[in-house]
Amino acid sequence: MPRALRLALVGLSLLLVILVGARLLLFPALNTSIADTFGQGDYRLETTDGKPFTFDSLKGAPSAVYFGYTHCPDVCPTTLGDILTWQEALGENGKQLRVFFITVDPERDSLAMLKSYVSWVPGVVGVSGSSEEIAKAIRAFRVYAQKVPGTGGDYGMDHTATLFLFDAQGRLFEPIGYGEGDTRALAKLKRLLG
Amino acid sequence: MKFFHAVAVSLALAGLPALATAQDAPAEMAQGAPITLGPLVLTGGFARATLPGAPVAGGFVTIQNTGTEDDTLIGAASDLAGHMEVHEMKMDGQVMKMRQLEGGLPIPAGQTVVLKPGGFHVMFMDLKGPLVEGQMVDVTLTFAKAGSVVVPLMIGAPNATAPGAMPGMQGMGTMDGNAGMAAPASSAN
Repeated sequence: MPRALRLALVGLSLLLVILVGARLLLFPALNTSIADTFGQGDYRLETTDGKPFTFDSLKGAPSAVYFGYTHCPDVCPTTLGDILTWQEALGENGKQLRVFFITVDPERDSLAMLKSYVSWVPGVVGVSGSSEEIAKAIRAFRVYAQKVPGTGGDYGMDHTATLFLFDAQGRLFEPIGYGEGDTRALAKLKRLLG
Repeated sequence: MKFFHAVAVSLALAGLPALATAQDAPAEMAQGAPITLGPLVLTGGFARATLPGAPVAGGFVTIQNTGTEDDTLIGAASDLAGHMEVHEMKMDGQVMKMRQLEGGLPIPAGQTVVLKPGGFHVMFMDLKGPLVEGQMVDVTLTFAKAGSVVVPLMIGAPNATAPGAMPGMQGMGTMDGNAGMAAPASSAN
């Protein structure tokens, strides 16, 4: 039986090596892949400042990205109001945070409309583009956006209401969920901004 | 009663610059007194100021049905809106979903239904002008059984969560028509 025991031990050791190897090889990749690729894509959009908006726009300074639209009476003004509150709470340190409000409704949201809509909160930049390019961005940021027909040709948009935080390298830092609360949101922002 | 008192106090503090615009409503309504329509008691009506250029807005009110029969909020109308709809907003995970309540919003007998941000609202669509913080806007609510009533809504900040509550540290509006759009001085660069 010692032979069988030895074989079993060898087998177990091999299994252990495989598991440890898999842990080392696989999990770091799993841990980092989402943050590394999140927001990446070949979308080419335009900001209400008249600048192009691409994945590279997220690099250089920390930023927050939100998907919304101007025919939005509730979550979008609420989120913009939250951002205003956080900006005031963060003071000077908050000024390095760039905020991009990307429309999920490019058919109706012209850059001019977006520009006045976001002007309520200082520093928030609106982003729009063709329907195709917006669709690319929606995929890149893995958000959900779906047109919901209403009456008389009107429609609403169901959409993800998460605010995505990116570090200065353009890597996803952390999301702030809708209604997460000022305390948790500010803790995340302070960690992001240092 | 505490709630009514809070509403009354906050409206009083607001200085009621917009009383003049609530032509159809007796003054006591604008001051937060309950509006009674048959067995229905309506309180705490407010709306959110529109963000600059926003084509839609939400209106909110608390409706108590003191009667023994169910009723339904079937429609809303305002001079400021091309048309209005009764909506439900809810979060499905992190996705915001908004639906028109085609059959209206049930107001069951003996119950209180609260229209508030993050839930039910009447939506102003095809806005003819901005909703300005500090002013008021009249909305006619129509119920299947009780009929129609004009409800003055106090216009709060674009992210107001309750009548008279002013999150976002917005100052009270003046009558210049742009008060709700102005960035607070404290966050201006």
